[in-house]
Amino acid sequence: MGYNLEKASMNDIFKTWSEEYAIYAPKCLVGKGAFSDTDSVRYSEIQDIEEIEFDKKSDFSFKEILTPISQTLFYFTEEEIKEAEVPKKGAIIFLRSCDLHAVKRLDEIYLKNGFEDYYYKRIREKVKFILMGCAYSYENCFCVSMGTNQIDSYDAAIEPYKKGYRIDNKLPAWEEVFSEHCEKELEVTPSYVTENIVKVNVPEGITLDIVKSEMWNEYDSRCINCGRCNFVCPTCTCFTMQDVFYTDNGKVGERRRVAASCMVDGYTDVAGGGAYRKKNGQRMRFKVLHKVYDYKKRFGYHMCVGCGRCDDVCPEYISFSNCINKLEGAMAEVKKNA
Amino acid sequence: MHNEYIPFLSEIKEVIKHTSIEYTFRMTYEGKEVKPGQFFEVSIPKFGEAPISVSGISEGILDFTIRKVGKVTDEIFERYVGDKLFLRGPYGNGFDVNDYKNSELVVIAGGTGLSPVRGVVEYFSEHPQEVKGMTLVAGFKTPKDILFIEDFSRWKKNMEVILTVDCAEDDSACRIGLVTEFIPQLKLKDIKEAKAIVVGPPMMMHFTTQGLLKEGFREENIWISQERKMCCGIGKCGHCKIDDTYVCLDGPVFNYTKGRNLID
Repeated sequence: MGYNLEKASMNDIFKTWSEEYAIYAPKCLVGKGAFSDTDSVRYSEIQDIEEIEFDKKSDFSFKEILTPISQTLFYFTEEEIKEAEVPKKGAIIFLRSCDLHAVKRLDEIYLKNGFEDYYYKRIREKVKFILMGCAYSYENCFCVSMGTNQIDSYDAAIEPYKKGYRIDNKLPAWEEVFSEHCEKELEVTPSYVTENIVKVNVPEGITLDIVKSEMWNEYDSRCINCGRCNFVCPTCTCFTMQDVFYTDNGKVGERRRVAASCMVDGYTDVAGGGAYRKKNGQRMRFKVLHKVYDYKKRFGYHMCVGCGRCDDVCPEYISFSNCINKLEGAMAEVKKNA
Repeated sequence: MHNEYIPFLSEIKEVIKHTSIEYTFRMTYEGKEVKPGQFFEVSIPKFGEAPISVSGISEGILDFTIRKVGKVTDEIFERYVGDKLFLRGPYGNGFDVNDYKNSELVVIAGGTGLSPVRGVVEYFSEHPQEVKGMTLVAGFKTPKDILFIEDFSRWKKNMEVILTVDCAEDDSACRIGLVTEFIPQLKLKDIKEAKAIVVGPPMMMHFTTQGLLKEGFREENIWISQERKMCCGIGKCGHCKIDDTYVCLDGPVFNYTKGRNLID
């Protein structure tokens, strides 16, 4: 059911929700951008709907709510282990279509690939998603090419409309609160983009021979393996286990998992000094093929959702979408040289 | 809901010192059945976890042959009988001894590569009638680096054993040479049907499988075991992924038809 709501009514609803949920949305952090006098749009907990940045793409994704950058798994005291507590409240997350498609990728890894992840599941079970429609495409977005520009598996969708908001609700539990606060009920269809300036072509018939292409060499020195592309990516899920102990009592500590990047040194290190993929170009190859080739082989659909944040954030102006568009030529190159 | 990340305590019952940096820790274990080639995440709070393959399986006991080469393993070497370590697992597919029954089997191991495959060797040493023939080729750097030295004399009774070192000053007990040099000398009745397991450092596995193929082994009759950084062991952390394969879930044991396509 669709609704028209005023700002004040939305905030009343927020108050009701806040008893059970923490509300997360992209928020403009003034002066927090990578360069002086620039802003950063990041996910934060909000109390007021006006805090939400509806007009820009968020620089970081929502994923940190489901998979915190650093997450304590348990605490230990010598031989005792105490499991870390789960956040008491659930979460309501405002996000765009590409990001909601990314949730499916996170679920695939954390809930399905092998064991079910205890820590992910206990947060995930209590999360509701509110889709923010995209009236227009942002810089570097290529969601249309990836087929992630539209989605209907949201709990509710929202869009600013005149001085208020338009909502499409799919969650039976929320019907009451929306109809109580709304100005009027109407049909609402979330907007979505049908064209991006950036388009990618993931060629059919990629084979492992593409590893031999010279296209990767370009990134050997151009990429500085900072890993920012991984940290902003809504579909990157890698982590590293880490033990820490407290300086004031060395017998007490905790085991955590922290976000990891396949571009950063140390990712493949094995005991005794061995490491795989030492060159940055090979790391780029590993990442790109994972996003648009081998993930699909395993799970049946592409991992990349075309949000373009990796292109937005790269300090070396490396374009991931541009790299995808080189794959067809790279396949031709290796076939010719075979 | 089951929390796979919470480890359980296991007591060290015995420490067997093979070399100055390689010990076998004999640990108490009650739990799921374990296959050779599977691994556990062994940990000490404050120092972290390390994936270690099982080198021996017996009633209520698991052996872990550990090389002292990192933060966690350095600390494990400070522990002795009666101390406890944390474990979680078993993870990975492991070797299935049924794959090798009624065949001529060749096991070629380099260094600590002998640990994951030791359970298979043990099995056929105890059940020699279940294979048509068995050869173990084990290579170490020097005589000082030889692991499971007591086992070799026992194994010799039921199988052909070639124990070799890369270089030695004065030791007549073993031969000198890389494991690959012994491949052409393997005495097999039917090389097309013979099966092989190759475990060791990446370069050793590469040249050994090439050597076996050259002698006429079929690709589908060769198995390898891969070592990667398996941080979680349960298909989540991503560190051990190669192409569409998660070494921790789909491996670490791979048939060569799959293993040859694993390009890091």
